[in-house]
Amino acid sequence: MSGTYLGMPAFPAAAASSTQDARLRGNLRHATHTIRDKRARAVAELDDWARLRAAGAAVKDRTLRHLDHYLEQLEESVTAAGGQVHWAADAAEANALVARLVRETGEREVVKVKSMATQETELNRALAEAGISAYETDLAELIVQLGDDLPSHILVPAIHRNRGEIRDIFREQMARWGRPAPENLSDAPAELAEAARLHLREKFLTAKVGVSGANFMVADTGTLVVVESEGNGRMCLTLPETLISVVGIEKVVPTWQDLEIFLQLLPRSSTAERMNPYTSTWTGTTDGDGPRTFHLVLLDNGRTDTLADTVGRQALRCIRCSACLNVCPVYERAGGHAYGSAYPGPIGAILTPQLRGTASELDASLPYASSLCGACYEVCPVAIDIPEVLVHLRERVVQGGRVTRRGVKTVLKPAKGHAAERAAMRAAGFAFDHPGVLRTGQRLAARTRRLHPRRLPGPGRAWTDTRDLPPVPAESFRDWWRRTRGEERTT
Amino acid sequence: MSSRDVVLARVRRALADVPRGEGYEDPPVPRDYLRVHGSRTPEERVALLAEHLAEYRAVVHHCAESDVHLLIERLLAQHGSQTVLVPPGLDPRWTAAAGPTRVHDRAASTARELDSVGSVVTGCAVAIAETGTIVLDGSPDQGRRRISLIPDHHICVVRVPDQVVDSVPQALERLDPARPLTWISGPSATSDIELDRVEGVHGPRKLEVVLLSEG
Repeated sequence: MSGTYLGMPAFPAAAASSTQDARLRGNLRHATHTIRDKRARAVAELDDWARLRAAGAAVKDRTLRHLDHYLEQLEESVTAAGGQVHWAADAAEANALVARLVRETGEREVVKVKSMATQETELNRALAEAGISAYETDLAELIVQLGDDLPSHILVPAIHRNRGEIRDIFREQMARWGRPAPENLSDAPAELAEAARLHLREKFLTAKVGVSGANFMVADTGTLVVVESEGNGRMCLTLPETLISVVGIEKVVPTWQDLEIFLQLLPRSSTAERMNPYTSTWTGTTDGDGPRTFHLVLLDNGRTDTLADTVGRQALRCIRCSACLNVCPVYERAGGHAYGSAYPGPIGAILTPQLRGTASELDASLPYASSLCGACYEVCPVAIDIPEVLVHLRERVVQGGRVTRRGVKTVLKPAKGHAAERAAMRAAGFAFDHPGVLRTGQRLAARTRRLHPRRLPGPGRAWTDTRDLPPVPAESFRDWWRRTRGEERTT
Repeated sequence: MSSRDVVLARVRRALADVPRGEGYEDPPVPRDYLRVHGSRTPEERVALLAEHLAEYRAVVHHCAESDVHLLIERLLAQHGSQTVLVPPGLDPRWTAAAGPTRVHDRAASTARELDSVGSVVTGCAVAIAETGTIVLDGSPDQGRRRISLIPDHHICVVRVPDQVVDSVPQALERLDPARPLTWISGPSATSDIELDRVEGVHGPRKLEVVLLSEG
């Protein structure tokens, strides 16, 4: 891993190698199975889960349908509360903006709360290029950063690492970034957590600039919400003099009351807790308590393109709980890195190709990174029909069509790799439309059945790599029907 | 065109399918979910809060108003704190018997100064029984957010049953969004190692909740 998603291979190639990694498979199986049952129990505690889920989806849909209104309202509320609101059309703009805001403070270091938006924009790399050191403070993000690695899970970016690997990374790398790991550090999780506490303490106490994302932004009050467990979020949100929050535009909810839905849905779906250890909310700045300067950077970076697709739009409801990753049979076996994006798993398979487009081989392969089993839809706390969007995006990749890219409507060409599939579908469509052709074809297939190969040649080979070609019966159903019942009916 | 105009124009173009004239409050949100999960007497509510706090490794103490100073003295002594941080509006009787030196939070107190303090005692704004959560809102008896964060030992006093609500929706109704809020459910924890919960990372590793009843 080199700390960037650029140039990563398409999902099938990446998964072909990751599924051979026995240690990765073991780590993921252990972690995802641990959380699955716990989530189910946490959800079962609430009799009204289905109604909360419907309400959560409805709030998000309503917000998305009037997103311009709610963003303007949010901007007004945040500004009135003493915050400064900035807008970024893409990742480069957001990164440049954050770098400028940090430079204006005169500082060269920032402490970071785990944030998906800044993973997506690869902010740390951009800050490093601008001579600014960004310290990740979430335990899993720290493991990823120290290991010069990439995140592989939304909630637990270092889920691909087991305790022994984490201990090795701490021992080898902590000294390079600050306080070294304690002597004789074992792989007991409590000791590893203690090592992180000691390592980051100094950074928290001296930090002048914090960078965060947010789980929710409330339009009518201008309140931002960060949901976390460790307290690193509280440190970054309250100790620095300047706070810069980079948040996707879809994270807005209309009212304070709406939080009553999401603060019930998110913790139970995410860490399977009734409530996560710490939730911080802040509205602009508060005299004498917390940062004196607050910047909110509202990020588009493909979200409006996603919004323009009336089927794919629902992906923007996502509250980044990661329940869909934890139940996904494909994610469990392939691991998060194979998805080549900050957003792995089922949600990544529909979000990444919409945020980035399907121009690259990797992004065009993501809608296929699923068996369409539907487990993701079932656990999604905001009822995103992920299989529906996957099929929709597959159709888009194969057939092309009208899409919006960087705000401009354009017509997507059909992907090259699917020419054989398209030809086969066209032929099938023609045959089903012409009963005579179908009958002749079926009879021909039946007569030559002994000559059929078990594996298809040419472009069909990929399909039969993992399946046997189904045997063709000696007589088609239509012929059998005609021969037996069909005649009865005519007499 | 500014980035603001670019993004807002993109949003509007993307929403061409939304009928003109559809209100910002449409489509309506079905709010038929429960305000409270189950019905409880005030005593049952407090008992549930205690149970859920303990489940997430907070240490729960029941205490009458008349004895609270003795309890707090004992908790501070058990933790071995030399100093205890006191928010400006904390009831002075609560720490009247405390052995450790009382440190008053001042605006100028740096994070490093606070890091040398052993314990902190605060009140709270509201507590939620169903989730085992206490919420601080920065009122004078709770102080700035940093004082309940940096010391390793937090004693939080909840007045029962008045400050206890059943549910998250009820808590939000009582809270003022303009104030900076900290929702606390147990001590600092992480699930980052193999998705299993471990207590004790950056926030206070020991959270003691005093359920204070009148009398």
